[in-house]
Amino acid sequence: MLEIRCLRKRFGSLVAVSDVSLTIEPGQILGLLGPNGAGKTTTVSMIAGLLTPDAGEIRIDGQLLAGDRDPAKRKIGLVPQDLALYEELTAQDNLRFFGALYSLTGAALDHAMAVALTLVGLGDRMRDRVKTFSGGMKRRLNLAAGLLHDPDILLLDEPTVGVDPQSRNAIFDNLEELRDRGKALLYTTHYMEEAERLADRLVIIDRGQVVASDTLAGLYEKIPAPAGGGRASLESVFLSLTGKSLRD
Amino acid sequence: MLIPFLAMVRKDLRLFFTDRRAVLLTFAAPIAIASFIGSITQNAGRSTERARISVAIVDEDGSTISKTIVTDVQKDENLTAVTTTAADARERVRRGTSSVALILPRGFGENAGRSLFRPAATQARPQLDVLFDPSRTAEVGMVRGIFTEHAMQAVSQEMFSGSTGRQSIQETLNALDSSSMPADTKARLRTMLAGILAFQQAAPAAPQGSTSGVFSMPYTVHEEAVTARANVTYNAYAHSVAGMAIQFLLFAMANHGIEILTERQRGIWKRLRSAPVSRYLILAGKAASGALISLTSLLISFAFAMLVFGVRIEGSVVGFAAICVACSVMAATLGVLVATIGNSPATARGLTTFGILMMVMLGGAWVPMFLFPAWLQRVTFVIPIRWAIDGLDAMTWRGVGLSGAIAPTMMLLGFAAAFATIAVARFRWEEA
Repeated sequence: MLEIRCLRKRFGSLVAVSDVSLTIEPGQILGLLGPNGAGKTTTVSMIAGLLTPDAGEIRIDGQLLAGDRDPAKRKIGLVPQDLALYEELTAQDNLRFFGALYSLTGAALDHAMAVALTLVGLGDRMRDRVKTFSGGMKRRLNLAAGLLHDPDILLLDEPTVGVDPQSRNAIFDNLEELRDRGKALLYTTHYMEEAERLADRLVIIDRGQVVASDTLAGLYEKIPAPAGGGRASLESVFLSLTGKSLRD
Repeated sequence: MLIPFLAMVRKDLRLFFTDRRAVLLTFAAPIAIASFIGSITQNAGRSTERARISVAIVDEDGSTISKTIVTDVQKDENLTAVTTTAADARERVRRGTSSVALILPRGFGENAGRSLFRPAATQARPQLDVLFDPSRTAEVGMVRGIFTEHAMQAVSQEMFSGSTGRQSIQETLNALDSSSMPADTKARLRTMLAGILAFQQAAPAAPQGSTSGVFSMPYTVHEEAVTARANVTYNAYAHSVAGMAIQFLLFAMANHGIEILTERQRGIWKRLRSAPVSRYLILAGKAASGALISLTSLLISFAFAMLVFGVRIEGSVVGFAAICVACSVMAATLGVLVATIGNSPATARGLTTFGILMMVMLGGAWVPMFLFPAWLQRVTFVIPIRWAIDGLDAMTWRGVGLSGAIAPTMMLLGFAAAFATIAVARFRWEEA
């Protein structure tokens, strides 16, 4: 479904992403892990069309993604790390606008809004201004805005930053439901427990390069089991692959 | 592409109208300030401050005196004088090309010379027609003063040394016997004139000027405020509303552009760019919503001025509409350009505020442009506000027809094209 090959991006002298390749299939959640500055957001930005890669290719259902107006972009939904919403508008007006960017109108738009809002549990708050929402509600609406046009591929850039456990759990439920519907999800996060719960496969990148790509079970086997028995944690795998030095 | 475009316009309008402070600043503030300024300037007195003033001068006389005056006026460093016909002079004043027009009628030189030595013979004085731009009344006084200086020099020089002077003095001497003035005065005048005549014959190239106590103002002045038509008086509110409305809509559009930077900071721009819409369409949507807000602001300001202060479109309604639309498009594209200045809303706001204030001042919205030095007056031709204000003035109280709207409209659209081109070229499209 989504296939990226040898993506490369440089900002001046800084190589942000170097030869990153990955594939996501329908009904799969791919966790993209990495320390700060590893190149996760840059990778997501290139897939979403926000950045032009210096090299490499992005294919959706085998078709190369090209240009702002490529209709294939309709198959991608982006949930940015920021709360990309108009606080002064109601939830309904926000979704109406974002839906129209994908040429949704009339009954189709109303239906899409109803589905998205019901999924994230905000159906009863659709006429309220976003500025009256809690942080968790805004996060859920942020997710709904990315789902509105029913994309096959969802790019989630740290979608749970700053939310309480209840909202985070609700978002996880939403994502699992989307996976069950056959959507392909690319999920970037710093939180190991999120990746452990959600991801079917994990790609760990560091300094712009893929350092591991495997299932959770496969990653656990990359380092020896702890002396006291049991299996290694994802965090210990992550630290062993990326090191313990601080990344600012 | 129409659905996303309209959605962007609708969203921006909705956001604008939910911000009461922005609405108040854009719609109410220009009306309030324009009302205040208009009330001050409606009956403004004449200023004595001076600068180079554009004058049209018409010589219907063609005498030695009138030719000398025209030459001296053209040489005067306080004036920029052009010679033309009476009809063209009137048109130049009406269009604002010249602040004042001076018309020297046939017989001006001869009658001025005679009147110099006959202060009591008021009927013989020639009339100098002064046509002036009522929005530049301060300049009329200066032109009159300068003209008086040149006229007195030319007349006295001719009277003391020229052939017209000899003839005029001789005629005055001949007419003295039938004059009703007292005999001793007659005798003194006869002696003086005979002395001047003798002086002329002895020294034809007499020094210029005279300090004789018998001199009088050799002409009377007829002033006429030239507006759209004879029965239309100047309405200062038309000018102040144009200036203030444009000033505030530029600030509104700057904020509109800064919104792009805010959207970028908040990540909304990522959502827009990830949609299958052209990057140019996104900016066009922003510009279109800005143009609509600007146009609404302009029309509300003028509607208020029409209802409350009696401002009228004395020229072309179509021309007025064209200038309003062009001005709105110009302001909207300026707003988009603002989004390419600086990396943060705070930086852009600071730079933009300074830039707009400079443009407003140079555009003549605050201070009459004739007070500027000549080089600065030339600079104002590259200030879009000047074209907007001049165009709106032309269509309102000046009563200029559609032809008067063409240049301002084209210039404003030219500025809009330039702003849009620079904005597109400078815009940071990529989102890290």
